Amino acid sequence: MIAVLLIVIPLISGLAAFFIKNEKAVRSWALISSLITFVISGLGLTILNDTASLQFSYPWLTNLGSSFSVKLDGLGQTLCLLTAVSFPIIFIATWNSSYKNASRFFALMLLSQAGLMGVFLAMDALLFYFFWELALIPVYFLCSQWGGEKRIQVTFKFFIYTFLGSLLMLIAIIYLYQQTPAHSFSIASFYSLDLKPSAQSWVFWLFFIAFAIKMPIFPFHTWQPDTYEQSPTAVTMVLSGVMVKMGLLGVLRWLLPVLPIASYEYGDTVSTMAVIGILYSSLIAIQQNDLKRLIAYSSIAHMGLMCLAIFTETRIGMQGVFIQMFNHGINIIGLWIGVELIERQFGTRKISELGGIAQKAPAMAILFVIIALANIALPLTNAFVGEFLMFTGIFSSTITHYNILLTVVAGISIILAAVYTLNMIRKVFYGNTNSLTENTQDIRKNEKIILAVIVAAIFVMGIYPKPFFEMTNSIVDAIIGKSDMVPFLKRH
Amino acid sequence: MIGKMNALLLSAVWGVIMMFSSFLFKQKLVVRNLAVIGLVFVLAANILEMNGTVFFHIDTREMILFDRFSLLVNTIALISTLVYFLLSGKDIVKAGDNYAEYFTLIFFILTGVILVSSFQSLLILFLGIEIISIPLYILTGADKKNLKSNEASLKYFLMGAFSTGLMLMGIALVYGATGSFLTSGIVTSISNKGADSPLLITGMILLLFSMSFKVSAAPFHFWTPDVYDGAPTVFTSFMATIVKAAVFIGFIRLFGESFGALQSQWQLLIAIITAATLFIGNITAVFQQSVKRMLAYSSISQAGFMMLALYAMNTDAKEGLILYTAAYSLATIGIFAVLIKLKDYSFEGFNGFSKHQPLLAATTTIFLLSLAGIPLTAGFLAKFYMLRATLATNHNFWLAIFAVLMAAISVYYYFRVIQAMYFKDGDKNNGISVSPAFKGMMVILAAVVILLGIFPGLVLNWYYF
Repeated sequence: MIAVLLIVIPLISGLAAFFIKNEKAVRSWALISSLITFVISGLGLTILNDTASLQFSYPWLTNLGSSFSVKLDGLGQTLCLLTAVSFPIIFIATWNSSYKNASRFFALMLLSQAGLMGVFLAMDALLFYFFWELALIPVYFLCSQWGGEKRIQVTFKFFIYTFLGSLLMLIAIIYLYQQTPAHSFSIASFYSLDLKPSAQSWVFWLFFIAFAIKMPIFPFHTWQPDTYEQSPTAVTMVLSGVMVKMGLLGVLRWLLPVLPIASYEYGDTVSTMAVIGILYSSLIAIQQNDLKRLIAYSSIAHMGLMCLAIFTETRIGMQGVFIQMFNHGINIIGLWIGVELIERQFGTRKISELGGIAQKAPAMAILFVIIALANIALPLTNAFVGEFLMFTGIFSSTITHYNILLTVVAGISIILAAVYTLNMIRKVFYGNTNSLTENTQDIRKNEKIILAVIVAAIFVMGIYPKPFFEMTNSIVDAIIGKSDMVPFLKRH
Repeated sequence: MIGKMNALLLSAVWGVIMMFSSFLFKQKLVVRNLAVIGLVFVLAANILEMNGTVFFHIDTREMILFDRFSLLVNTIALISTLVYFLLSGKDIVKAGDNYAEYFTLIFFILTGVILVSSFQSLLILFLGIEIISIPLYILTGADKKNLKSNEASLKYFLMGAFSTGLMLMGIALVYGATGSFLTSGIVTSISNKGADSPLLITGMILLLFSMSFKVSAAPFHFWTPDVYDGAPTVFTSFMATIVKAAVFIGFIRLFGESFGALQSQWQLLIAIITAATLFIGNITAVFQQSVKRMLAYSSISQAGFMMLALYAMNTDAKEGLILYTAAYSLATIGIFAVLIKLKDYSFEGFNGFSKHQPLLAATTTIFLLSLAGIPLTAGFLAKFYMLRATLATNHNFWLAIFAVLMAAISVYYYFRVIQAMYFKDGDKNNGISVSPAFKGMMVILAAVVILLGIFPGLVLNWYYF
């Protein structure tokens, strides 16, 4: 029941929000709805953590062999929690931004939340595809209507890009469906498929391109910086914090366990793409003058690292990916909030035009700097746990010959991350004030609280991640176990 | 064999009634209402026929067979026409002076549609196609004082007559090779004498070409943009949806039943035609500046997707074609209904439409999403069935991948309309006024499109039960 509620609540409240014309009312409505969703996902992790309430299945397209089947497993719990946490944070942090046609804005935000929840929960390939597309549509409208100057072209490119990827995935899904003995879309029947290696390899690419575009992985990333830059910040938070995780989830749930041989076969190819992306985007991030673009490129690097850790297929690395998916979401939303606050106050995101903010707005500076440090994975912060595990995993990987090389090259990205992040902090927050930043006001109470919550989460996850590991242990074992079933993969 | 032909006879008779209605009723709307009533009768007769109530028992000498497939397809065609009458009926009577005759011709076309979907003899197929085509030539030229309309009509007539010639030649050759016009006769002859007679193959290919012409598949599509663009928009709407879908049904019957045994001979040919149709339709649609012309090319590209059913020719394909017919017809009729109301057919004509008519803009968006094949709309499941049928053939996967690449391109031109409606400001107030009834119909239509996207069984179950 929990799983259904997580989809239905944002869906219904989103549809209802279209009809609330008062801006203040619809804002509160969206916040309340997202808080209820948060409470429910919390219940799913604690009191009602049993199969009966986490699972739901109802026959839907019976003659196609598809059912409305959702389940909250470890992967779903991680990402649904992230989604459920993100939306209230986003709504509170952008409380003071006003939007034209507010009712439509918040309605679409809630609908996108419903779509995302669906993607994370779907246990049926056709249902997964449905939600995969549905999550995209509201975001398309959000970006095109409330975004920056070049929003229409940029969002269009983003849309066509991802739509193309998902259509290719559709072919892969239908192909696999034809191969299942009972012609079923259920995840169990996909997992029990035993495809020939030759068939696996082309299906692999159909899937992978869809996921690679979403993550994004080099060279499919070109939509991302533009879209992040042009979208309204609240939507950028959804895109970068939550939506990119769709790609990772796709790989973890629908690619590795279904096509273990091809995942092994092309592991090195994908790893190479990921490593190139990590280096390339880190180097570009150093050059950026626009805060949004800087964070966008830094996000490509982080996603690349997670993809790399997945395809080196170690238990410990996978554990790192799980925790990092959550942490990356929290941290990047924190960064965007900072950017939004700066942009709202000064009307610019250009690093070169800012400076000395720390003198006038100490609270903001302290909170933002902590989040930024978490972005470069300083010990005690949440990202350190994740990245440490991932690097350990990549280094100890037995399925690739290039584990040391991959570790070293990807490791350079940590240094580069420090370069661009610290540089950005130095230029924006320290130094002398200029005419623009002379009269800086410190941040408001609600913004302070929300940033403080994020900082608290950063430390809690950084110091005591154990509950999180317990939540994801079994699903990590399941994913790794699937590829272990092909024993010759591990022989080196 | 005793044929059941409720709808067939009723639609022909009602066509005649409509012809004389203008003598009796001088008011245009009365004539329109009469047409709607007649259509409801025909539809009811057809549905009764599905449930086994038959009014007329006539020996058809095995030339016509109303099976579940054809009855279901007829129902969809009749419902689509009803929707079309209700949405655009007022515009039909405005298209020219002879408003009653337009309804007459549409009823005759429906007679042809019913014949084509249920033929068991090549002669009936020919008859049906001609009964569809000749009224269409007239309707295309209905706007008598408009040069473009005249040109379109003449062009359509010349090209149509030519392809009819090809079709007759094909039928003659097939008759020469097999000694029969009947589907059953052709099938028996092929199984007895084998499929390697050059006469038979040539005849089949001529039939393939002429049918491709009628459904505007590439490279026989050249008439389509001009005719669709030149014809009065109300009639373009009818031509591009119900008529096209009906001819497809005839196409799939012809090649599935009569030439089913020759599949290895025509499958690759159809694959190539399919790919060419998808490619030309989609790529050309991208460059159009007029929404009407864009829809003409879009109808070519959608025909490409329907051709996939022909290529695959299995149970999935038949189900898919039924769903596709419904999804494509309903969505396209909806978009055309809005387009007719607009003065300016260019993309800019839609600028700021969501501000003037938020409800119509929202429904039009749903129709466009359906045509683009976005999940939760009927269009997605229709495309899904086509891809499933194609992949079920277990070879030529390239065709499926090519089709989805083209579908991704189609998003470009469909979304241009959405962008114009929502994200661009209209410089002039193209304040169109529509009745609440029109809005209500559009909302119902949009709801049906979404409902079919979630529960395709609402239509498909009729195929089995």
